[in-house]
Amino acid sequence: MIKNILVVIEQRDGKIKKSSLEAVSTASKLASETNSSVQSIALGSEIENLSSIAEYGVSKINHFKNSDLHSYSPSAYTKIISEFAIQTGSDLIIIPNTSFGKDLAPRIAARISAGCIMDIIHFEISADELICRRPIYAGKAMLDVKFLSEKKVLTLRPNVFKAEKLPGLSAEITLNEVTSPDLTTRVTEIKKSEGKLDVAEADIIVSGGRGVKGPENFHLIEELAETLGAAVGASRAVVDAGWRSHGEQVGQTGKTVSPSLYIACGISGAIQHLAGMSSSKYIVAINKDKDAPIFSVADYGITGDLFEVLPKLTEEIKKLRS
Amino acid sequence: MKIAVCISHVPDTAAKINIGSDQKSIDQNGVTYIINPYDEFGIEEALKQKEKFGGDSEVIILSVGGDANKESIRKALAMGADRGIILKDENPKDSFSIASILADEIKALGCELVFFGKQSVDYDNSITGQLTAELLNYSCISVVVSLNIDGNKVFAEREIEGGKEIVESKLPIVITTQKGLNEPRYASLKGIMSAKKKVIEEKPALAVNNLTEVIKMSRPPAKKAGRILGSDSSAVPELVKLLHEEAKVI
Repeated sequence: MIKNILVVIEQRDGKIKKSSLEAVSTASKLASETNSSVQSIALGSEIENLSSIAEYGVSKINHFKNSDLHSYSPSAYTKIISEFAIQTGSDLIIIPNTSFGKDLAPRIAARISAGCIMDIIHFEISADELICRRPIYAGKAMLDVKFLSEKKVLTLRPNVFKAEKLPGLSAEITLNEVTSPDLTTRVTEIKKSEGKLDVAEADIIVSGGRGVKGPENFHLIEELAETLGAAVGASRAVVDAGWRSHGEQVGQTGKTVSPSLYIACGISGAIQHLAGMSSSKYIVAINKDKDAPIFSVADYGITGDLFEVLPKLTEEIKKLRS
Repeated sequence: MKIAVCISHVPDTAAKINIGSDQKSIDQNGVTYIINPYDEFGIEEALKQKEKFGGDSEVIILSVGGDANKESIRKALAMGADRGIILKDENPKDSFSIASILADEIKALGCELVFFGKQSVDYDNSITGQLTAELLNYSCISVVVSLNIDGNKVFAEREIEGGKEIVESKLPIVITTQKGLNEPRYASLKGIMSAKKKVIEEKPALAVNNLTEVIKMSRPPAKKAGRILGSDSSAVPELVKLLHEEAKVI
C-alpha cells in the first residue's frame, strides 16, 4: 500500500516548527504500522538542531541548503521536493497543515500527479487502505476520504497529533548544496505582527465579541491573554465593525482553531463561530445572557458581566502564577 | 488582459448542516446557496484590475457544476463581470478534477490572471487555486491580502501565522484571495438589470478522473454542555481552580 514515506519539515527563521515534529512522529508511527520506510526533507539555510528531529522517529534527514531557501519560495520548494520524491520513490508525502503546508502540498501533488487530502485530524488503515478524516464546513461535519491515486499527499492539522520523543535515536543528515534554485516566486520579506501570538498556533485563546461593547474595552481581553500567554481572538461581528483586524477572526470565514483552552467573552455563539472553535479541548464562556448558544458548547460558564468578571479572572490567574 | 475568476456555489455559512441519506453529502432541505464568500474578494479584485488595465480587458466568471451555479454566476455578472461560463458536470468532483477542468478552460481562453477564493466554505480544502496554477504551469500566490501588478511583475502580501509574507512573482499567475484584500461591491440595480443581458455560456466539462473518493460524511462528536459556575465574579476562584486542577490547561 505505502512503501516510502517522506515528511516535509518546515522551518521559519532557521527554527523547526512544532507542527513538523508532530508530522515526523506521526509519519514514523505510520511507517512502522505499514512496514514502510520513512525519511525527511528540510529546505533552508542554517537550520537549528536539525538532527534533533531524529528523536521523533526519523533517521534519515535530507537537508537542501542554499541561502535563497532561507525563506519559503513556492517555486523552488515545489521543484526540489517533487524531484526528490520522485527520485526516492516516495509514495506518501506528509506535510503540516500550516500556511506553508497549505500552499506547498497542492503544488507538489499536482506536480507528481498525486491525490491530495488536507487538514487531517485522524486516519486509520482499513482493508489495506488509508482512510483520512477531515473536518468540513469549518467543523460542522466530518468527511472520511480515501486516495484513488498511487502517489499521495496529505497534511496534518497542527495541535492534533502528538509529537512524541523516543530518546536515544540518532540520525544521518545528508547535505545537498542547491545551486540556482527556481525563484520565480519568492518571499522577499516577512512582516511580523509585533508581539502578537497568532490564533492559528496558540494553545490558549481569549476571544471577545460584541459584548465587549467597543474597541476601547478590548484591553480587558488583552490583559487576560497576556497573563495566560494566550492569543487574542475576535468574533466576526467585532471584525466587521472594524474593532479588531480580520487576522484575529475565529469562525467559518475566519480561522478554525483547536487550542487546549478557548475563553469566549461576550460572544453569543453564532453557528459560524461555534463551527470554528468547538473542537477546542476546553471552552469557557463568560456572557450575561444565560440562553446564549455559546453555553451549549462550554465546559465551564459564568453568566455574568464580563466587565466585572474579566479583571477578577486576570487577577486570580496572576495569583496562581506568582 | 483576460482575467478569470473561478467561483463556487456553496451553502450559506448560517446554514445548519445535516447529513443526507446517502451519508456522503449534505441534506439539501432548507439550505440556501451563495457565492463562496472568499470568491467575492476575487471578483472584486478582478474588477479593480480590469479598471486599472483598461482597454479591452475582460472579466470572465468560471464555475464547475450544475444549473444551480448560474445563480452565483449571475450575481457576479451583476457586480460587473463581463461574461460567465459554466462547465457542466453534475457528478461530484474532487479538487484535482475541478482544477483540471478549470485549467483546460483557462488555457483555451488565454487568461493570464486568475482569481480563486483562498478556500471554499463547504469542503474547506484550500487547494483548487494552487492545483490549477500547477496544471497550467503558472505562478501562484495564495491567501493574498494585498496585490499590486506592474507590467509583468506581481507583488503581493499573503497572510501567514503571526504576520505577512511579502511575495514577488510574475504573470501569468493564479491568486487566491483572503478577507482583507478589498471590500466586495454590492450589485447596483443597474448592474442587476444589465446582468440579465450578459451571456452565461454552457460547456461540457473535460472528462477527468478523481484522485480521491469520499467514503462517508458524519456529524462531529456532540459536545455536552458543561457547568455554569455562577452569575458574577464570585465564581472566578472556582473557575481558576477547575482550569488548573481538573482541566489542567492553566
